[in-house]
Amino acid sequence: MIKGIILIGGPMKGTRFRPLSLELPKPLFPVAGFPMIYHHIEACSKVPDLKEVLLIGFYQPNAALNHFIMEVHQEFKLQVRYFQEYQALGTAGGLYHFRDQILAGNPEAFFVMNADVCGDFPLNEMLEFHRKTGNGDTHTMLGTEATQQQSLNYGCIVENKDTHEVVHYVEKPGSYVSSIINCGTYLFSPDIMKYLAAAFQKNQENFCTDSIESSLSPSTKECIFLESEIFMDLASTGKLFVYQTTNFWSQVKSAGATIYANRHYLAIYHRTHPDRLAKNGEGKPTIIGDVYIHPSASVHESATLGPNVTVGKNVVIGEGVRVRESLVLEGSTILDHTLILYSIIGWNSVVGSWSRVEGTPNDPNPNKPFAKLEVSDLFNSEGKLNPSITVIGSNVQIPSEVVILNSLVLPHKDLGRSYKNQIIL
Amino acid sequence: MKALILVGGYGTRLRPLTLSRPKPLVEFGNKPMMLHQIEALVEAGVTQIVLAVSYRAELLEQELKVQEEKLGVTITFSYEEEPLGTAGPLALAREILGSNDEPFFVLNSDVICDFPFKDMARFHKNHGREGTIVVTKVEEPSKYGVVVYHPESGKIDSFVEKPQEFVSNKINAGLYIFSPSMLNRIQLRPTSIEKEVFPHMAADSNLYAMELQGFWMDVGQPKDFLTGMCLYLTSLKQKGGHLLHHGDGVLGNVLVDPSAKIGRNCRIGPNVTIGPDVVIEDGVCIKRCTVLKGAVIKSHSWLNSCIIGWRCHVGRWVRMENVSVLGEDVTVKDEIYINGGRILPHKSISESVPDPQIIM
Repeated sequence: MIKGIILIGGPMKGTRFRPLSLELPKPLFPVAGFPMIYHHIEACSKVPDLKEVLLIGFYQPNAALNHFIMEVHQEFKLQVRYFQEYQALGTAGGLYHFRDQILAGNPEAFFVMNADVCGDFPLNEMLEFHRKTGNGDTHTMLGTEATQQQSLNYGCIVENKDTHEVVHYVEKPGSYVSSIINCGTYLFSPDIMKYLAAAFQKNQENFCTDSIESSLSPSTKECIFLESEIFMDLASTGKLFVYQTTNFWSQVKSAGATIYANRHYLAIYHRTHPDRLAKNGEGKPTIIGDVYIHPSASVHESATLGPNVTVGKNVVIGEGVRVRESLVLEGSTILDHTLILYSIIGWNSVVGSWSRVEGTPNDPNPNKPFAKLEVSDLFNSEGKLNPSITVIGSNVQIPSEVVILNSLVLPHKDLGRSYKNQIIL
Repeated sequence: MKALILVGGYGTRLRPLTLSRPKPLVEFGNKPMMLHQIEALVEAGVTQIVLAVSYRAELLEQELKVQEEKLGVTITFSYEEEPLGTAGPLALAREILGSNDEPFFVLNSDVICDFPFKDMARFHKNHGREGTIVVTKVEEPSKYGVVVYHPESGKIDSFVEKPQEFVSNKINAGLYIFSPSMLNRIQLRPTSIEKEVFPHMAADSNLYAMELQGFWMDVGQPKDFLTGMCLYLTSLKQKGGHLLHHGDGVLGNVLVDPSAKIGRNCRIGPNVTIGPDVVIEDGVCIKRCTVLKGAVIKSHSWLNSCIIGWRCHVGRWVRMENVSVLGEDVTVKDEIYINGGRILPHKSISESVPDPQIIM
């Protein structure tokens, strides 16, 4: 029996996702029409013998999360429960704290997945690899290739090419170590708890306020981090292996990254859920490329959508509207003749007619193989806002005939004019 | 009577439009700029018109030959081989202008207004001196040549060119009427009429100012061209507005050539001029623009304060604003944004111009 665990973090994590995470926990943000962790759970459901998913995080119980849990339980027939950490415990602290729950029923192994990554998770392939390479007490990390330059932003894995053993691991090194990066997705055997227990003990004894860990994050002695404490020790013990994938994978740190993830998840639908992709037809809007339209949305037949567009529940799209490479979230209205490009229109917002809402994509450089999304600063060295995806927060009113370019608009704002390269509070 | 129109050179301030046509032939309010002036002159009894040009334009000569016949007036070209300034061209045309005792008109070709030629002739005869300058009131006088004169008699005291501090808000409107004797004051060399001729005429009480009623604009550059268009359309409305267009989706003062086609669910106006053979597709919003002959604007686009050149193709969901000017035969692809762009003729635009720029 296999279990699935998703680390969903809490409100203090994922702040770069604002303004979208101001009203909805980031793991529930819809990408390609479904919450981010829906895609994780769906991947779990494809693993035979996986019947139980645990969500671990430090969000307060909230209606959205409960509702989500109920829905995925019904859809995938999996047992899904949320375990709330009493405080932020780091990427491994929660696993240690809830070890009894995790090990209940003697699972053969359990997947651990970070909520803030998106991808075509090859969980079955990882399981097969795990069973082949190990003997019941080994652990497998999912890795992928990045450019040398970008690898410095991730956890770097040095692998033995023959045995696929991880011989060295370092988190965000200052200089180049390896192009293989940690995807934040793991398959642990119950043996891992030994290492978590040892780390926990060590922290209890050695915790001091001057340590690097405590200056980096508001941690306590109950915090344990997989990346900086567990993997480094596990490397070269013959117990940690890496399974490399070339499937789509991306971190989703900023709102703009969801546009990139949206595109790739929609592309995956061709294989997994072709019925979810909108089709052209009589009396229907013009569809170009991959588009997801929620069944309850109302789109005028003279509108043109796509490629790479997701239209949420109860959205209304007026005559002659053009939407491309964008997300239109639940309850929004786009009035006639408007153009939405590389943007996210937040829940229940209204965009007037003949307006232009436009952002700039931060796609990985197509000329560099394995390039990942750039994680750039909000402002450039001259103090100007870096052009990025335009994000319209929830309940925003955008008037007619204006242009909103490369801007971020916080929720519940009534705009009165055009804006370019601005953060509108 | 006779008139001299100072056409001048290449009309560089109105580029990119003047790269394809000589400035007098650029259509303002669906009529070549020059024709507004010539028709008004003919109506006031002018039978002979001289165009002072500093470059030969075949297109101009051809077109004016046609007008000669239509209006029954003689049009001659006075060609400056070297630049003669603002007064020199008068000396060059001395033979025609001074051929008899009748006063002659002189006008700047960029001026659009409610031409008061009959009033000018009357006013000039009344005071009996050598020269009359038409003046108009403006909001920002320091951009122009300011005229200081006695409010009752109109006798001019002095001129101040682009004053730093406020002197008066009446400026030289670029319309004059002179008695032929003033030609003696001008030599055939580069001469500035404002700096070298007028001050002397004013000094010996030979220069008078007549205030212009109604609108006035120097439409020599795109921003002023559009402002002038708004004023012109307003004056058409005030005179009865029967030339103006009315219909579904038309707001305010709009001039539409009968051969133009406008689609459904559009919003045209206020202050829009649509030229012959223009096609406007469905769902287009146009405000404060001039669209020249043969242009096509495709669906759902939004244009504000622009000049769309002849035979241009503007795609769907395009947004253009902030005095963007498209030269002749420019193609703008779907979903492009142009903000204050000046696009040279025959160009194809496939990337947005979010900040004012000249695209060659």
